[in-house]
Amino acid sequence: MNNETFEPTIIGFTCNWCSYRASDLAGTARMKYAPNVRLIRLMCSGRLDPTFVLRALSEGADGVMITGCHPGECHYIEQNYKALRRYLLLKRVLAGMGIEPGRVKLVWASAAEGAKFAAETTLFVEEIRKLGPLNWGRADSGPQTVDREVPSTVHNPSSEMEVPA
Amino acid sequence: MTAKPKFAMYWAASCGGCEIAVLNTHEKILDVDANFDVVFWPVAMDAKYKDVEAMEDGSILLTLFNGGIRNDENEHIAKLLRQKSKILVAFGSCACEGCIPGLANLSPVGDIVHTAFNTLTTDNPNEVYPRTSYDVPEGELHIPTLSRMVRPLEQVVDVDYFMPGCPPESHQIAAVIDLVIKVVKGEAELPPKGSVIGCGDSTVCDECPRARNVKFIKEFKRIQDIAPIDPTLCLLEQGVPCNGPATRSGCNARCPQAGAQCIGCYGPADGVLDYGARLITAFSSVIDANTPEEIDHILDGIPDPTGQVYRFNLAGSLLKANREAWKVVNGK
Repeated sequence: MNNETFEPTIIGFTCNWCSYRASDLAGTARMKYAPNVRLIRLMCSGRLDPTFVLRALSEGADGVMITGCHPGECHYIEQNYKALRRYLLLKRVLAGMGIEPGRVKLVWASAAEGAKFAAETTLFVEEIRKLGPLNWGRADSGPQTVDREVPSTVHNPSSEMEVPA
Repeated sequence: MTAKPKFAMYWAASCGGCEIAVLNTHEKILDVDANFDVVFWPVAMDAKYKDVEAMEDGSILLTLFNGGIRNDENEHIAKLLRQKSKILVAFGSCACEGCIPGLANLSPVGDIVHTAFNTLTTDNPNEVYPRTSYDVPEGELHIPTLSRMVRPLEQVVDVDYFMPGCPPESHQIAAVIDLVIKVVKGEAELPPKGSVIGCGDSTVCDECPRARNVKFIKEFKRIQDIAPIDPTLCLLEQGVPCNGPATRSGCNARCPQAGAQCIGCYGPADGVLDYGARLITAFSSVIDANTPEEIDHILDGIPDPTGQVYRFNLAGSLLKANREAWKVVNGK
């Protein structure tokens, strides 16, 4: 794979109160940054269920960026610390699955830090570009690909659940 | 006299514990015999695959399928039994979510074969490995070919019901047998297709009598390194990584009641899409630290995070297998 032409797909989970506004600020200030990130707004980084990250990675994302308020500045007092704890454990679990720790990144950015948000995004895209595509579940699919194409059987038991007397 | 409905049970990649659990229903097993004609059950009676192949499609009323799909033989029988059965139950953790054999998905299958046939305990200086086919004067012999990954039954065929547990608790099996017999007699109705049966719909914590005090911990420890264990307090709050918060109820919190942590054999509770993710959240919630360094230090107390949170569920998780295991095997 030629990494120069590889455009990473990145899912970003942003906090409503800080980093989502930071991205808004970057937009209104017409700052330029890499267009690879698809933002999903959460009410707080503490809302981030690790399931979201796993699902994003398993369904085609090359990287996941999580952004929240600076420590001590959470709108809900201390939920960003919870995000931090989950993030650190999640990275360990992902390492066991053969996923580079750099594919998931946690960034603190306040509502005033549009420039930081833009710079961090661009930096992350470059980091992922270096790592290459993740292509989860499709990597090197060859002869033994039966487990991706699950053939269904002819019989459909729900149609006639007839029980002999 | 009307013929009795037909019953089958099969084991694929499993340990045989599920069969033991069925026999552990004691005299209830006689009800199975009284109400069913057992047509195929390799562990209990002699039968050939070709006998099953000769049966009419849908002629077996109930098939309990335990074990994951590890090789092409497992897959063939799974498809065959799906075709021949009206009701196919993924029976036990292996069939539902891969279970312990599913942990093999952390390694490429080539490494697994190498470890099995060429380690300190297996002296193999000439690197002799089993072949899947071999020519003899009488013809060609075959043994099953390993697939890249262990797959739960649902990833191979359509499954009607799921019965979790490693193994399912015998009283739960007895209750399910009773229900099916009632259905056969027309006294009860089957649950909706896709239901998880023979278990609760909550978590092990809900059945656990240990007290929870929303306490935070500074250290994760192995249970054997804590002395003495408080017999009344939540194990997670004592620093033991206990899988109860993400695990389905149905076992009466048997392990925590006996002083051991839940290891998660009943699989994900209702509403849990990814078992490991739920456990990551649960473990993180008791950590008493706010700086990355301190949190990391506490997390060092869980030596194998992936194995800990996916002990029974790896093959059924969102990621299913280690990245290396997804790759195609070359050669042996």
